[in-house]
Amino acid sequence: MMDSEKARRAKTISHIIMIAVLIVLLILFIFPFIMVVINVFKTKADITSNPLALVGKHGFTLKNFPKAIDKMNFWQTIGNSAFVTTISTVLIVLLSAMCAYVVTRYSEWKASKLLFTAMIASMVVPFQVLMIPLVSIYGGTLGILNHRWTLIFMHIGFSLSMAVFIFSGAIRSNIPLELEEAADIDGCSKWQTFWRIVFPLLKPTIATIVIIDAMALWNDYLLPSLVLGRKELYTIPIAMQSFYGTYTTDIGLVLAALLLAMLPILILFMFLQRFIIEGVVAGAVKG
Amino acid sequence: MSYKVGIFMQFAGVAAFCFICVVILPLFYGLYLTFTSWDGVSKTKPFVGLANYAATFADTDFWVSIGRTFFYSFFAVILVNIVAFLLAYMVTSGVKGQNFFRAGFFVPNLIGGIVLGFVWKFVFNRAFVAIGNSLNIEAMKNSPLSTTGGAMFCLILVAVWQYAGYMMLIYVAGFMSVDQSLREAAKVDGCTNQQATRFVIIPMMRTSFVTCLFLTITRCFMVYDVNLSLTGGEPYNSSVLAAMHVYNQAFTYKNYGTGQAEALVLFIICAVIGMWQVRVGRKGEVAA
Repeated sequence: MMDSEKARRAKTISHIIMIAVLIVLLILFIFPFIMVVINVFKTKADITSNPLALVGKHGFTLKNFPKAIDKMNFWQTIGNSAFVTTISTVLIVLLSAMCAYVVTRYSEWKASKLLFTAMIASMVVPFQVLMIPLVSIYGGTLGILNHRWTLIFMHIGFSLSMAVFIFSGAIRSNIPLELEEAADIDGCSKWQTFWRIVFPLLKPTIATIVIIDAMALWNDYLLPSLVLGRKELYTIPIAMQSFYGTYTTDIGLVLAALLLAMLPILILFMFLQRFIIEGVVAGAVKG
Repeated sequence: MSYKVGIFMQFAGVAAFCFICVVILPLFYGLYLTFTSWDGVSKTKPFVGLANYAATFADTDFWVSIGRTFFYSFFAVILVNIVAFLLAYMVTSGVKGQNFFRAGFFVPNLIGGIVLGFVWKFVFNRAFVAIGNSLNIEAMKNSPLSTTGGAMFCLILVAVWQYAGYMMLIYVAGFMSVDQSLREAAKVDGCTNQQATRFVIIPMMRTSFVTCLFLTITRCFMVYDVNLSLTGGEPYNSSVLAAMHVYNQAFTYKNYGTGQAEALVLFIICAVIGMWQVRVGRKGEVAA
């Protein structure tokens, strides 16, 4: 009795220490965000004189926001990001699920084998190896850079392999073949079987793909910066990079822009926390 | 036959087209580009044989940037994984609010490298210096980004901060996949809790270690965004990592052929290290 009491107390103490350590670490982890938040409401002079003060000498100001929204073209930029991310993600899900279906269920076909093997092998190729030829082909030869649809097309091409790989695993292990055979007997075509039976059953995997691809595309910088050269097409990361170059000295403005760039995804995370965390883990472990 | 072709095209046609246009063609075209001296503007791409590979081997800046990338990746990978593992250990030990902590540590990963880099630039240039001044610590009175060693230190620190939460989630999944009855059995056999973790749980988590190491190695080796926004290669080009060097070689100096050859060399180095790590890691895998 005494012993278990002692063990319990030791456990409580170790838990308290651990919570204390975790709180300290968490504060360190969000320290950069805290710095942004406390300084964004100050005037430029106050940020320069004391960035650590909670409130500046000149008091609380919201002035940085309207100016940043205006100079960064915030609404258009966020619209561009949303447009590219949404359309690319939806098309990636549809196309990769269809493709995964045929390469998994008809894996004995030569075309299936070839495509699937090429996709798996291509997953190790980093973007840096493809960026120069991409610019050469799409910019030099075809001259179709500077269109959002070109960017969407490329996002799809780059994200397919991973998505097909994950969908293929899900189809192989989670969709009973008997179900498809039953649909077949009932007179469904392959097309109908896929959309009515298989696709709805892939919901958890669809969620995983949506989360990892939407996050990656929303934050992507290098590819969009090579494809989109016109200001009115900029997505958030490119706009941020160019904004910083222009307004480096106006630090309050920069911080407001940074906060605005982070807010949408942070708000989304608050609501979809569980899904995002599960999706990311599922994507990493299977990938 | 035509039935097969029909079904295949119906389901995989568009996907295959996108994939071939965006990945396969550029891959082979890129290989061809390494044998030309294209400047990015002219219509002709003169064939130059192996000159670009010779230029790659003679390009000291490239090899210096590779060396720097090794240094950066070595420390970043080790520190990310140590921090991530310790975090995972703490947030699976059953303390109150562990889901809250997991979400909190993951937050840096939600935000793109460009934005993160600028946020940290502000912290290093302003907050860090302000702390140094108010505590009167000589070493902290100048921004660490203004010195050669400091800029590298900042890059590594930001990598740890950025990836630790993500890798923590994978280690958490690893911890949870190990059957807890094994821990109980080890304790019955006389292990302390720490010994059970060290000799039973950790060996069972080998797959998590291999996954995390692979992900961190490939990411660190190819890092570009944070490098661009946090240091921009400064001071005096002392923090240009390999991916940035390749980008500059092609798009700033307009040596597309050499840039592509260097990109290929970088990719091969990265792939060899990644594969080697996976092979070594898998060798001693314990079957669950």
